[in-house]
Amino acid sequence: MITLDDVSLTYPDGAHRVTAVDHVSMTGRAGVVTGITGPSGSGKSSILALAATLIRPDSGHVWIGDVDTAQLDRRDAADLRRERIGIVFQQSNLLPSLTAREQLQVMAELGGTHHRERRHLVRGRVDDLLEAIGLQDQARKRPAQLSGGQRQRIAIARALVHEPDVLLVDEPTSALDQERGAEIMDLIARLTHERGTATLLVTHDLIHREALDELVTVVDGRIVDAEAVVHDVVGTGRAPHDHRSDRPDHAEVGGTS
Amino acid sequence: MFVAWRDLRFARGRFALIASVVALITLLVGFLAGLTGGLASQNISVVLALPGDKIVLQHPVQGPVSFSDSTIDAATVTTWRAAAGVTSVVRLGITQGRAVSDGQPVAVALFGVRHGAEQTSLTRLAPAHDDEVGLSTGAADQLGVHDGDQVSIAGRTYTVTAVGGDLWYSHTPAVAMSPSAWSIADKALGGTGQATALAVDGSPDWDAVAAATHTTASTHLRSLTALDTFKSEIGSLGLMIAMLFGVSALVVGAFFTVWTMQRSGDIAVLKALGATTRSLVRDALGQASIVLIAGIGTGLLIVVGLSALAPSSLPFLLSPLTTLAPAAVMALLGLAGAAFALRSVTHADPLTALGSNR
Repeated sequence: MITLDDVSLTYPDGAHRVTAVDHVSMTGRAGVVTGITGPSGSGKSSILALAATLIRPDSGHVWIGDVDTAQLDRRDAADLRRERIGIVFQQSNLLPSLTAREQLQVMAELGGTHHRERRHLVRGRVDDLLEAIGLQDQARKRPAQLSGGQRQRIAIARALVHEPDVLLVDEPTSALDQERGAEIMDLIARLTHERGTATLLVTHDLIHREALDELVTVVDGRIVDAEAVVHDVVGTGRAPHDHRSDRPDHAEVGGTS
Repeated sequence: MFVAWRDLRFARGRFALIASVVALITLLVGFLAGLTGGLASQNISVVLALPGDKIVLQHPVQGPVSFSDSTIDAATVTTWRAAAGVTSVVRLGITQGRAVSDGQPVAVALFGVRHGAEQTSLTRLAPAHDDEVGLSTGAADQLGVHDGDQVSIAGRTYTVTAVGGDLWYSHTPAVAMSPSAWSIADKALGGTGQATALAVDGSPDWDAVAAATHTTASTHLRSLTALDTFKSEIGSLGLMIAMLFGVSALVVGAFFTVWTMQRSGDIAVLKALGATTRSLVRDALGQASIVLIAGIGTGLLIVVGLSALAPSSLPFLLSPLTTLAPAAVMALLGLAGAAFALRSVTHADPLTALGSNR
């Protein structure tokens, strides 16, 4: 689980500071895809950066499990990302020199050579994940030999191969057509539910909102709306509901199971 | 090194190119160092084979001390011999002339040195009689003579009684003569016939005796600076080697700077995924080390191979000092150049990976 507790963030802008995140509180729960949407410049990517420990808040706390990441120095934050956070970028951001399989294996190598056990565990999961994303037969190909959708699938598998508690996804469909985008969103939702990952997903449009379990809307750095997404597709086993939060500035909405 | 190895494999053309450049620079440095060593050996090897703890040379009226201008008179010899702590003084005559055998003149360096003096590769050649000479192997080869043959020097004929030692002085092979024979030859060649230098053993107050006699006493190595040709030769060749070292560091540094800057997006992604700066730095330096080892190793192999094919007349010295030492310096300077590129690694901001459009 990941919790942002009264988090604020400002950026310098000349002699002034611009508020990017304004006293935001929200929770991403295990096994739930929480969408974060809003207009450009609303602060949704800043929220993701805070959740990813890539930036420290001016005030408030970001909890991943029982760790307050706002108190971590850079090295400890990197350790936390390596151990407990998976990130899927807007572009796939795969390393051009690595094959699809190596893109996943690299996650076992980021801490240097003193993590043999971790290396063994991660490498053991690579084949399972490649199969889960349907790309086992593409394992030896490099990014340039893969389509955009395939690259993004590999990026998702890379983010999950070390079995993180939290999956952070930044606009995963922005470079894909609608059909490939739907596949990617479905994949993220399926893997989140299967693996019990707390997933925060930033998206600027809601074409694929069916893949989300919860949705918070951010405007001018504040959460203005939080809702559970209605899944009314017959046979999904998910009950249709729409619980608008009484406290839009603390987005802790009802479950969707 | 996980990503570093795969980068090497992926961009093998680029890395092969920079390794080739390093190999070429190593080849140049290796050849220049070997040539410098060979030329230096042909310049000074006999000086290093002179007897004595220190070499005494006369101060000229003006200018720096040099072997070519030094003349030791009898009074100076007497003063050094009488100095407290001196155990041995050997007069050394040094001049250059020609030796002739079968009408073939060969430029040689004539050394007058007493037979039975402290054993060095030069004094072992020193003849017992005035009508004898000892030849270094270079002199014997060039004259085409052996033990028992006759050679003519400054109008007199001598019998060769010893051949041996790779002894050279100012690019001419050494010939050892008795002090009196040398004095006669020096006079015939326009000299004074007086000793050029003294080889002094013992532990006197070197500075005090030197000041009293207006001489300098220096170790064999330091006395090399009194060889004019050695100074100018080693200076210019050393400068070329130093410039090549600089070029090497610059080329390697520039390559890895550009390479790392090109990879700054990947580095930001790796950091965002949790890579430590230390592991990224280790990868970058490891990558540079592999390129340097491959390039320098190839260059050294070519140097060794070509030196084996080089004609014996080429003054080329193949030794650890002329191969491994410059190779080690190149590796260190190359790594220093690569270290400049690390700024891109340590300063890469993982935040840029979010929202990046690569």
